[in-house]
Amino acid sequence: MKVTVDLTRCQDHGQCAIAAPDVFRINDEGRLEYDGEPADDRRDDVEEAADVCPVQAILVED
Amino acid sequence: MTDSRIAVVGGSLGGLRAAEQLRRAGHAGPITVYGAEPHPAYTRPPLSKELLADPDVLDAEALAGRVELRRRSTVGDVDFRWGSRVVEADPAAGRLTWRSADAGSATRAAGFDGLVAATGLRPRRLPLPGPQRGRVALRTVDDCAELRALLAGGPARVVVIGAGFVGVETATTLRGLGHHTTVVEPAGPPMSRVIGDGPGRAIQAWHEGAGVEFVIGRGVEGVAGTERVTGVVLDDGTLLHADVVVEAVGSLPNVEWLAGAGLDLTDGVLCRNDLSVPGADAMVAVGDVARFPNPLFDDVPRRVEHWSMPADTARRAAATLVARLSDAAPDPTPFAPVPSFWSDQGQLRLQSSGMPALGVPRVDEGDPSDPLGGVLVSYHRDGRQVGTLAVNLSAARQRELRDAAVHLPSTA
Repeated sequence: MKVTVDLTRCQDHGQCAIAAPDVFRINDEGRLEYDGEPADDRRDDVEEAADVCPVQAILVED
Repeated sequence: MTDSRIAVVGGSLGGLRAAEQLRRAGHAGPITVYGAEPHPAYTRPPLSKELLADPDVLDAEALAGRVELRRRSTVGDVDFRWGSRVVEADPAAGRLTWRSADAGSATRAAGFDGLVAATGLRPRRLPLPGPQRGRVALRTVDDCAELRALLAGGPARVVVIGAGFVGVETATTLRGLGHHTTVVEPAGPPMSRVIGDGPGRAIQAWHEGAGVEFVIGRGVEGVAGTERVTGVVLDDGTLLHADVVVEAVGSLPNVEWLAGAGLDLTDGVLCRNDLSVPGADAMVAVGDVARFPNPLFDDVPRRVEHWSMPADTARRAAATLVARLSDAAPDPTPFAPVPSFWSDQGQLRLQSSGMPALGVPRVDEGDPSDPLGGVLVSYHRDGRQVGTLAVNLSAARQRELRDAAVHLPSTA
């Protein structure tokens, strides 16, 4: 699974880091860091994170 | 009953998420989603902000394209019928009638085994006589396109009626675009019904500093003009000139299509905690239209008009409906979602979790008269914290607060 975040859209709401904390995290500077190729068993959480992104900046590809 | 047919009535965020979550919950049978709007499901928050301010020339369809929601690959075989309005449904008989938005199209019938109510809200309109042209409510991309067209001629005088979140967001966006903007609200400080009088007054003061005018404590009694709006008349007789009037006076749940079903439709569809509907065996409700009790707070059923609710309720409602259709045991876990919302208002970003409206506010961090510096307000009821409001709090600070909250023993 491939995960891409459109960082020009991302506004650091941090909802993804609540939904899938082992894939997305807000670092100490308040910016998003993420794993672009999470294991397939993380799919449910990653889809959830993409759903709850207020600016719909997360793209999930198979 | 793996081949049971599920009808999802409502094709916006809640309807789409319901279809996705039904697949996730293991439902393999046919799903039909009826969406009254002609556009594929889209996200509404940008309508009062980025989309309203977008400098490109865009019609409603192009606007809808910019905010279309991502759909999971699992719903590729779902029959999405955009532009199809359900006229009525009988959950006991498993029958509904629907009509295409195309002019002159006939009413058609369809059967179902399971039903999801996801029809959401429509804006309340003020019952004021006078010209309609120049008056808009902002709920759909078509409304947004109409408002953009009305304002395309350059700086205008705009009166926004209603100082809830939609009203204040719209007013600050329009002020940012150079329009002369006045917000009229009879009830109290902006957004005070949700965030309390003190925080509401502080945010009002900040927006006033940015040039938005507020008339608080006055209602609107009439609309001036003949062909087109030229102003509004307040209940003290004052005339406020206006080229455009935005009505942002709240919403009404779309439940008329269920009127004959014998359900409790007082302020939405009354649901149990698991989002099943008393009076209908194989029916659930999701999103803004669902009125359900949340044990995080109490046993009072409430509708929650936050963007986070459709996704949260769809997950639980889908599991409930699939269990009912397959005669499986229901999930006994209480459904206790934490409501959350955000609101961008010019340079201010409000972020909330819980239900601030239920509690009394206390400022924990920052100075409300300097919201750009970051403010944290907590809300308390009966010695318990029931919600928070953060204004321009940094993402890193929000993360700290969240991490701290996770380590607290649950009091729910």
